[in-house]
Amino acid sequence: MSRTEFMQGNAACAEGALAAGCRFFGGYPITPSTEIAETMARRLPKAGGVFISMEDEIASIAAVIGAAWTGARAMTATSGPGFSLMMENIGYAAMTETPCVIVNIQRGGPSTGQPTRAAQGDMLQCRFGSHGDYSTIAITPNSVQEMFDLTVKAFDLADRFRVPTFLMSDEIVGHMRERVTIPDAVDIQRPRPLAEGSLPFAAGEDKIPGFAPFGSGRAVHVTGLTHDERGYPDTTDPEAHDKLVRRLVAKVESARRDIADYEIVNPGAETVFVTYGPPSRTVEQVMRDHPDDSIGHLRLRIVWPFPEFALKEFPNAKVFLMPELNMGQVVREVQRHVDQPVVSIPKIGGELHTPAELVRVLEAHR
Amino acid sequence: MRHEIRFSGYGGQGIILSAVILGRAAALYDNKYAVQTQVYGPEARGGASMGQVVIDDEPILYPEVARPDIYVIMSQQGFEKYGARAGEDAVMLIDADLVRSRPGCRCYEIPATSEAKGALGREIVANIVMIGALVTATGVVSREAIERAVLDSVPKGTEELNLKALKRGFELGERA
Repeated sequence: MSRTEFMQGNAACAEGALAAGCRFFGGYPITPSTEIAETMARRLPKAGGVFISMEDEIASIAAVIGAAWTGARAMTATSGPGFSLMMENIGYAAMTETPCVIVNIQRGGPSTGQPTRAAQGDMLQCRFGSHGDYSTIAITPNSVQEMFDLTVKAFDLADRFRVPTFLMSDEIVGHMRERVTIPDAVDIQRPRPLAEGSLPFAAGEDKIPGFAPFGSGRAVHVTGLTHDERGYPDTTDPEAHDKLVRRLVAKVESARRDIADYEIVNPGAETVFVTYGPPSRTVEQVMRDHPDDSIGHLRLRIVWPFPEFALKEFPNAKVFLMPELNMGQVVREVQRHVDQPVVSIPKIGGELHTPAELVRVLEAHR
Repeated sequence: MRHEIRFSGYGGQGIILSAVILGRAAALYDNKYAVQTQVYGPEARGGASMGQVVIDDEPILYPEVARPDIYVIMSQQGFEKYGARAGEDAVMLIDADLVRSRPGCRCYEIPATSEAKGALGREIVANIVMIGALVTATGVVSREAIERAVLDSVPKGTEELNLKALKRGFELGERA
């Protein structure tokens, strides 16, 4: 059974979190993400969960990490300035392999920028924003339904890979209202528990250690310092650091095919749009208005880890066109994986590319 | 067929709510697709407010309103900011009590605010009168769908008043 609603993207995100069993939200309201905190504040206490309005975003992500280590599914939601403040602790979550979900309803930056306007300007920040080497997962919905579905998925990926997982949405999808179908229940996959006799940061072939949250009866030491498989600091041995950080990166990067989530239209095409988030909808409109097998579309629902193999699914591609609501961020990733020309179609200021704008670019590059 | 409907008035009239109610009627009760968006700026109560809805029989891909074919305008400032450039083939419903200007396109004058204040006794339902008039003047959603969407969206205890306002709007729209 399910129910159908006409709902805002941010509300659907909160519904997805609740359906996925999220029972902790620590956050500091910020436009254009505030409706997520509002919905969680209303709904979590009734669901037996905890909502804390924290003093700032540094504390918000810290509280989320703490809650996750009690075994709860935990999340926060923010936008540009708050996301920047969270960066250090996001690295801590990556280093401590803390499963948690961070929603970024992107707005125009830098700084306080355009609080009420859409952007995709934090796509490299979510990949590289904290110091040191690490790898995480970033999901990019393009509809209200996907705000629900992909929030559920974010929790599953966070748990499975024990990484902070980002739902990188934006003001357009966060604030639009559309029909959304909400199932009564969703399947949930929690982290694999730490096996008896295993060390808490020892991993097998998949490079992901079993999880023993506080209160599970196992003694676990958790630190942001470089640590050994027991979790104890070992900060000077080059090999210990090399082994740990390479594993943190590899557990995500070596599972790229498994994590990948994308749509392909017209794989025989010569001119191929590559999109994520709402610009994909402009491309879909252009392709409906101008049916033409020589125009293809690769739409990424997950941008990080980057599925470079998806680009090879267009063997006849002569040129890739990439509209983004920034000055050209993920386009760099496309450029380094293909030999063909890759054309960035940047747009900043807060509005989505119009179909006419993309048709003009299309005509200039065929 | 794709319709793009734009509502504008001043903050506090229920402009955004009107757009949400219309989208809800189409998406939940008329078996169509709808996307509702709004200008989400730092508008203060009293400033120009704007909400939009795209309604289509097919899934809606590009979600923004490019060129509205239907306008509902409830303030002079709203007209100047969001209605003055309406295309010639558009249709505009204006609250005749609050908008002095008239557009170059087909225009229906709906005395929504004076009806709400007078016959209905509550100025706050003027937006519901406008929605009623919109539905009968354009047929963009069915009467049954809009009735259900209004009932979903108004506070408990005000259902009767809002339905009365909607029906008054139906009559004004039919006559227009």
